[in-house]
Amino acid sequence: MNALNSIPISYYLIFCSMLFCIGVIGVLIKRNALVILMSIELMINSINLLLAAFSAYSNDPAGQIFVFFIMVVAAAEVAIGLAIIVLIYKTTHSIDIDVLNKLKW
Amino acid sequence: MFTDFIFYFLSGLALYSSVMMLLSKKPIHSVLFLTLTFFAIGGHYILLNAQFLAIVHIIVYAGAIMVLFLFTVMLLNLNKDERSPKPLWVKATAIISGIMLGLVLIGVFRGYDLHLIKHPLESQIGLVKELGQILYRDYMLPFEISAVLFLTAMVGAVLLGKKEQI
Repeated sequence: MNALNSIPISYYLIFCSMLFCIGVIGVLIKRNALVILMSIELMINSINLLLAAFSAYSNDPAGQIFVFFIMVVAAAEVAIGLAIIVLIYKTTHSIDIDVLNKLKW
Repeated sequence: MFTDFIFYFLSGLALYSSVMMLLSKKPIHSVLFLTLTFFAIGGHYILLNAQFLAIVHIIVYAGAIMVLFLFTVMLLNLNKDERSPKPLWVKATAIISGIMLGLVLIGVFRGYDLHLIKHPLESQIGLVKELGQILYRDYMLPFEISAVLFLTAMVGAVLLGKKEQI
């Protein structure tokens, strides 16, 4: 395996950019609060993959350590986010964000 | 050659299942498609020889977070979802903005290249032993603080789930 056979880093950049944009579109389009949370997780995962790819290509382990800590924060965030969504459903019986607009003017 | 084919297959699978996650009508199908996306991204980690991250990714994301989402979807029992869908101009504007963001990112990154190592499958920094040495030597403080973060998140989740008034 020489350098001619490897995937150039720009392929990883393009792939992760497309995953990130699909996540952004998901946050903007969907009305279900669970699917919005899942699109945020998709965005976080695309960034994790890009960090790990740059770390592997530059032979620098700091990128993979950073991915480890991002996974820590994302797991804690999902736990709290789902607890909040279940609590909202218990009080208002809906997780449609068009219905939950009491914070607006 | 073989690794190129695996890269294209995993990328296509991840993109297809993430698009299907947005297009499916029922939230349970979205959760299952996102799980498939996470498995494809885990395969990408193995392609980069980031073995520790691949296993942690499969265990944490596909094994814990997606199971949490599945339980929440089954608990909330969402079936009446077609009350008043978002107007078409909102959806079209969102899709066009997302595609424009994608074009800007791809246009910036299209010609960038990095030729520091020969092949990512031969990189040695993703192994558990090497990553463990660095984690416990240079990054000990964030490691301990992340334990405190987990404790905080656990206390918060239990507090939010209590039945009686607090």
